[in-house]
Amino acid sequence: MDVTIVDYKSGNISSVINSFKEVAKDKVNIEVTSDLNKIKSSDKVVLPGQGSFKSCIDGLNSINGLIDTLSEFALNNKKPLLGICVGLQMFADVGYEEIETKGLGWISGKVSKIDNQNGKYKLPHIGWNQINIVKNSKIFKDIENKAHMYFVHSYEFIPNDNSVTAATTDYSSNIVCAVEKENIFGTQFHPEKSDKTGLKIIDNFINL
Amino acid sequence: MLKNRIIPCLDVKNGRVVKGINFVDLKDAGDPVEQAKIYSDGGADEICFLDITASNENRDTIYEVVEKTSKKCFVPLTVGGGVRSIDDINKLLNCGADKVSINTAAVQNSKVVEDSSRKFGSQCIVVAIDAKRKNDGWEIFTHGGRNPTGINALEFASKMEKCGAGELLVTSMDKDGTQSGYDIELMQKISSMVNIPVIASGGVGTLDHLVDGIKSGASAVLAASIFHYGTYSVNEAKQYLASKNIPVRI
Repeated sequence: MDVTIVDYKSGNISSVINSFKEVAKDKVNIEVTSDLNKIKSSDKVVLPGQGSFKSCIDGLNSINGLIDTLSEFALNNKKPLLGICVGLQMFADVGYEEIETKGLGWISGKVSKIDNQNGKYKLPHIGWNQINIVKNSKIFKDIENKAHMYFVHSYEFIPNDNSVTAATTDYSSNIVCAVEKENIFGTQFHPEKSDKTGLKIIDNFINL
Repeated sequence: MLKNRIIPCLDVKNGRVVKGINFVDLKDAGDPVEQAKIYSDGGADEICFLDITASNENRDTIYEVVEKTSKKCFVPLTVGGGVRSIDDINKLLNCGADKVSINTAAVQNSKVVEDSSRKFGSQCIVVAIDAKRKNDGWEIFTHGGRNPTGINALEFASKMEKCGAGELLVTSMDKDGTQSGYDIELMQKISSMVNIPVIASGGVGTLDHLVDGIKSGASAVLAASIFHYGTYSVNEAKQYLASKNIPVRI
């Protein structure tokens, strides 16, 4: 099996690569590339994302044909795709970080800044928070409700249809921190930095 | 609920772990990769490497240490010491660091903080502030605590927040290595002034000091000696904090 981590020169993806390689061992081939043919032929795709919503969208757009290839992979061929952090946020129709920016539009909704309630909540939301599992997502197999995951973000994805929400976390409000829509998965937290429970989520995705 | 973080810090010199007393008199004790793995297995919420001699000598050893550690530890890894430029940050991130802490370069040229947080995201830019009491305030120092700057620590903290720092790592130079507890007043002042997380550092000798650090308003507490010399394990520290009703990840 081939799992491709999309390398679109946006943010630091070495931790994502290290964690997937750790979980995959020799059973699964982990590719790190922006090569469109390799993405097309892979079985699963991971879309990481760090930095701002806009810089990540710009990064995808800077590689000719990448967005079309990813859309075909996820929407037409319905193969499993996992977005991490801004990778998840980009599923939305629109993001409001820096400037209003059009997203991929795969899961209807918007990405807005977390309400810090006049300084009551520090931003970024950094550290270990518990997830409330609200849907039996395939990537949560053997993950306990209230498990701790590592977060670092200031913006949140607000889906229009709550049925896509797989988990929430409490910070200022109930923040959506995992989504599942058919073959499309996303986590706002960083499974690659969430110790053994995070690696289990990666294992679940690889074994879908 | 967001938990308070316990961050063991490893001072690294020429690829080996050392721990200083008031920034001088270093003792040698161990391989940083092994140490980091012990900490992460023991429940450390993050690991911090401080390359204490990076400003002067033998710079490349840290890249190798970071690369090896990031393949074994799956909790966030912060690396600081001698970080001068966007290129340095890029190199550390590519080796597997999740965050980079900037000290001297941030003081000399705040544009490094602005540019790097825009390029890599605020989430990976930590500004390290080394502060020492002076008159009725605190002065910041650069170059691993060697050079006074005349700059007020509170004003500098506020400026760094505006420049896009994601977190502030605040070390009291008066307290560092003394094991007499954090400079609580300093932590309180900075935590209440900025809206980004503050990591308290410098002076931990007992588990109660960690409790005091969190109560001062810091989001995370950093300690070196008490973990490094085995006085307490990270897990013991977390159990103790939990017993004092401080939310931690166990």
